[in-house]
Amino acid sequence: MSALSLQQVTVSFAGRTVLSDVTLEIGQGLFIGMLGPNGAGKTTLMRTVLGLIRPVGGSIRVLGEPASRGNAAVGYIPQLRSLAGNMRLRGWDFVASACNGHRWGLPILSRAARQEVHWALDMVGASELARRPLMETSGGERQRLLLAQALLGRPRLLLLDEPLISLDPHHQHGVVTLVKQVQQELGITVIFSAHELNPLLAAIDQVLYLGRGQAALGKVDEVITKPVLSRLYGSNIDVIRMKNRIFVMAGDVEVEKEEHCHHA
Amino acid sequence: MLEFDFMQNAFIAGGLVSVLAGVVGFFLVMRGQTFAGHALSHVGFAGATGAALLGLSPMWGLIWVTLLGGVSMGALGERLQGSDIVIGTILSLALGLGMLFLHFFTAYATQATALLFGNVLGVNTDTLWTLAWLGMACLLLLAIMARPLVFASLQPELAEAKGVSLRQVSMLFLAIVALTTAECIQIVGVLLVFTLMVGPAATAQKLTSHLGTGVLLAALLALAEAWLGITLAFYTDWPTSFWITALSSSAYLAVTVLHMLRNRRPLASAA
Repeated sequence: MSALSLQQVTVSFAGRTVLSDVTLEIGQGLFIGMLGPNGAGKTTLMRTVLGLIRPVGGSIRVLGEPASRGNAAVGYIPQLRSLAGNMRLRGWDFVASACNGHRWGLPILSRAARQEVHWALDMVGASELARRPLMETSGGERQRLLLAQALLGRPRLLLLDEPLISLDPHHQHGVVTLVKQVQQELGITVIFSAHELNPLLAAIDQVLYLGRGQAALGKVDEVITKPVLSRLYGSNIDVIRMKNRIFVMAGDVEVEKEEHCHHA
Repeated sequence: MLEFDFMQNAFIAGGLVSVLAGVVGFFLVMRGQTFAGHALSHVGFAGATGAALLGLSPMWGLIWVTLLGGVSMGALGERLQGSDIVIGTILSLALGLGMLFLHFFTAYATQATALLFGNVLGVNTDTLWTLAWLGMACLLLLAIMARPLVFASLQPELAEAKGVSLRQVSMLFLAIVALTTAECIQIVGVLLVFTLMVGPAATAQKLTSHLGTGVLLAALLALAEAWLGITLAFYTDWPTSFWITALSSSAYLAVTVLHMLRNRRPLASAA
């Protein structure tokens, strides 16, 4: 059984076809780096897997089950927004809010639920961190807490939407290493979306590249190539390798580099 | 002071409303929706004066119209999120309408001050019962929805993925806020609802980063401010609403200054 299987999936969002007739199969226990230009549908694909967007056509199976909302086997870190008025709250309460958070009633945790929160915080080494108010944590520390929150309920597929955005290279490395370590220790599948390939190179087993409604999945050497990327971008793309780094160029401009800077 | 019936009523009404306002206000501040709460009270003004014009009970006019306003705001949901201009426009339109209703119904004009600035010393036993029932209904509803409310407030996208209906949560919560606003208006009036709903909650959030402690603290602060305000009003003969606003803002100011001093110290020593 694969972690994620898409059969001829077509997804429209806001009147635009984001994915068209995509078929792919992601095996269990893999670390997948998801890349692609802005608007290529990285977030939309995640929301479709979560059952929040219904595909126009085709079928999606998550760990053998049809994609549906509230699937406990899928963990998720949404793209970080500014945390509006709730910044003073400590990390522990923030993480714990996801514990059975969909059930009615008072947010009083049972002993088992508290242990689950402790376990998740321990997994990412954030037990100390969780005592501090959120507003006093750095971007990297906040990603740690978000990862702990996503691990509640012990998911077997983890979807991480741009966790490296607005982090400096040092913290980017820290987050990737931590996710890799957790992924290996728990033997789960991770889909990690990012703007840049290089911070992920050492960690990923496969890359899922989206562009112009299409998707390419495979090992880095199979996907990050001139023909595949030229097809996904719809223009002439060059791939330059330099010591353990890969640069994807359109003409003399490195793609995605600039867009990433806009976000930072 | 407690030998007077009106003072007993004032203390009971103040107690009921402030505890509710503190608790509901905590979540309102957490969700960053304080302006919506402020706007709802103005919508209530139009409701109360409109009801009076039609010969209906101003209090029930207030309650129904704020409730309608709250539920519609919740239903509009994300489209209204952060659009201060839309909320502000509705707020001023509501005040303007209230003014118009008062213009046609001059007999009620004497009550306008009570509506705008509150009149806790004039609460009768019937009103007390209404406040008690509504307050209990609000707290019960809040207790039922507390878990998804916290989840949806802190992590909306994740909550949605886990099966929480954001719109349902928003509508239910703003209905509670609307009823709480209607209750607060009885004590501090339309213009000063912020003082009971937002003041104590914001102060509590500066004092603790624990969720449960914060809610409790917000309720206790609101209660202390309301009761102390009523007491001070009795002895000074100054308006109760003034004292409550003075206490509420002083508490917030004091905690803010304390915070700034505490945060400056490690920086100064590091330099």
